[in-house]
Amino acid sequence: MGATDIGLWGVPLAILGGAIRVSTPFIFVSLGEAITERSGRINLGLEGTLVFGAMTAYAVAVMTGSPWLGLLAAAAAGLCFGLFHGWICKFPKVNDIAIGIALMLFGSGLAFFFGKPFIKPKAPNLPAIAFGAWSDIPQVQAALDVNVLFLIGAALSLVLWWAFRNTRAGLIVRVVGDSSDAARAMGLNPNTVRLVATGVGGALAGIGGAYLSLYYPGSWTERISSGQGLMAVALVIFARWNPLGCFAAALLFGGAGALGPALQSVGVTQGYYLFYAAPYILTLIIMIATSSPTRSLTGAPGELSITK
Amino acid sequence: MTDTVAGAGTPAMLGARGYPAALEWIARRAEAFVIPLAALVVGMLLFSLFIALVGKSPVQLYETMWRGGFGSWFSIQNSLSRAAPLLLAALCVALPARLGLVVIGGEGAIVLGGVAAAAIGVALGGAPSFIVILAMGVAGLAAGGIWIGAVGALRHYRAVNETISSLLMAYIAIALMNQLVEGPLRDPASLNKPSTQPLANIYRIGNIPGMEVHWGLAVGVVACVLSWVLIEKTRWGFAARIAGGNVRAAQVQGLAVGPLIVGFTALAGGFAGLAGMLEVAAVQGSANSSLAAGYGYTGILVAFLARHNPLAIIPVAILLGGIDASGGLIQRRMDLPDATVLVLQGMLFIVILFSETFYGRFKAFNPDLWQRTS
Repeated sequence: MGATDIGLWGVPLAILGGAIRVSTPFIFVSLGEAITERSGRINLGLEGTLVFGAMTAYAVAVMTGSPWLGLLAAAAAGLCFGLFHGWICKFPKVNDIAIGIALMLFGSGLAFFFGKPFIKPKAPNLPAIAFGAWSDIPQVQAALDVNVLFLIGAALSLVLWWAFRNTRAGLIVRVVGDSSDAARAMGLNPNTVRLVATGVGGALAGIGGAYLSLYYPGSWTERISSGQGLMAVALVIFARWNPLGCFAAALLFGGAGALGPALQSVGVTQGYYLFYAAPYILTLIIMIATSSPTRSLTGAPGELSITK
Repeated sequence: MTDTVAGAGTPAMLGARGYPAALEWIARRAEAFVIPLAALVVGMLLFSLFIALVGKSPVQLYETMWRGGFGSWFSIQNSLSRAAPLLLAALCVALPARLGLVVIGGEGAIVLGGVAAAAIGVALGGAPSFIVILAMGVAGLAAGGIWIGAVGALRHYRAVNETISSLLMAYIAIALMNQLVEGPLRDPASLNKPSTQPLANIYRIGNIPGMEVHWGLAVGVVACVLSWVLIEKTRWGFAARIAGGNVRAAQVQGLAVGPLIVGFTALAGGFAGLAGMLEVAAVQGSANSSLAAGYGYTGILVAFLARHNPLAIIPVAILLGGIDASGGLIQRRMDLPDATVLVLQGMLFIVILFSETFYGRFKAFNPDLWQRTS
């Protein structure tokens, strides 16, 4: 590291930079899942959507040379997966959690199937903005290289937070999520609302996948996602279905995910795999701490099967 | 879909109450066979469509799949070997499912069961082989049992969703395995693929006489039969089925739901851990990252396809073992990616879950609704 050796300061800095980098897919997936869950359904298939979105984005970016077209394609693919989940779950006795598990396997399988030829070629990356240009310390520059999707995600969480409270669409989603009967009495069709909500959720998860393959880690491999889609579901519960909470929780998870590489960068290699497991352990601890057998969760949509 | 027994529902053929008891008996049970089989066929047809769309011949695919899975004695033995861990992995899903829990983290129990067994096998080096193998089995059972039992305990005592927690625990288990086989348990001789020290040959589990299939298959079949007896013929199984139907009702009845849930999930995890032990003792010879080969995830599909009936798991596991086994041949002969099998599994899974909506919809399966003509 030489002249720019900043010693142990590198650890918090790397965690900050890592939190921003690693959290972006969490932000999109958890916001998508928050919309879906607010409408009363749970889509565990977002893990598969994330992987398929990553593959689609990468493949389209390789073929067209434009990462933005890749992003769009990933969102469209995610929308299709979400709409499929929303459609199939309207049939009686079809379990949304089980369908989610099936879509998780199916989405990954389909992504590996079509993604085989795209493991080798290099795709153009999504652009980042160098907020760290004022500094001449490379670590600071690296930490503050912020991708535009992170900023879009931050703005989106603010917009969604506002929209859930203040718009007609937000109210409709919340009513449907709290009580199908009340929604029907208002003349709303719960299945249609949930179809749209799951579709939008899928599209956002697809965008999260595009970030994985087109920015960080920035390549398409079959191991691109390691449960981010699933952790995002747990994260939404922790965030109490609040979009701003989702954003904060995503940053926290991103920081936990960056812990291992950050420590490795200053020479701590002991227990690398255990640090790698930090986000999973953190998720589990948070779930244990925030669940209770005696009281229901505040802010939980009434129709949500996972909290019943 | 209703063809097989539709004739029975035609009242003109037989008078009121005139249906032979045997016919009613068959009709009531036919639903559980006809709907899954029909779903299987529909899933395979959809997959044919998919294969045709990517420009390959579905006929050739199924022919290759048959040849790779069941076409020769060699391939049948290969399929049966792959079915062995699937039997146990599926039980890890099916047993909690009878209590209404969706546990999908069997992969973690398999991995830890394998590591625990390998560690014990190396530590007890020198002891008589039957003691070591027994100890390895117990270690596998215990490791998997504790892991998934914890998921059940968290579910009951802390209301932590078991689907998510079990999958998180699977990721943690894989990280733990990597840490152990790269660190304290690593055999310095394993360079490219960090592994535990290889088991001595006398501690390896051999093949069933006359077959190239290891004893794990027999263990898996026995575990399925025992699980069926447990669920259908014992009071614990009866209590579990009540609790699975309605937890509150079970509690009002004075059933100890907590111990029931922890016991069932621990047993389920124990079976998955045993699958890991068998992979180590019969196939790999040491614990390494090959333990996370996806048996835990295919096991989820097996259990759902078998509708969580332990006896039905046996044929379904053999079928999916065959599909799994044919993957390599499909890849070589038809120039398709190895993920082809995953796509088929995903499609089957979705169709099977969708088919749930058809239960109770067909009059042919419900003699109570057959019209009486006098």
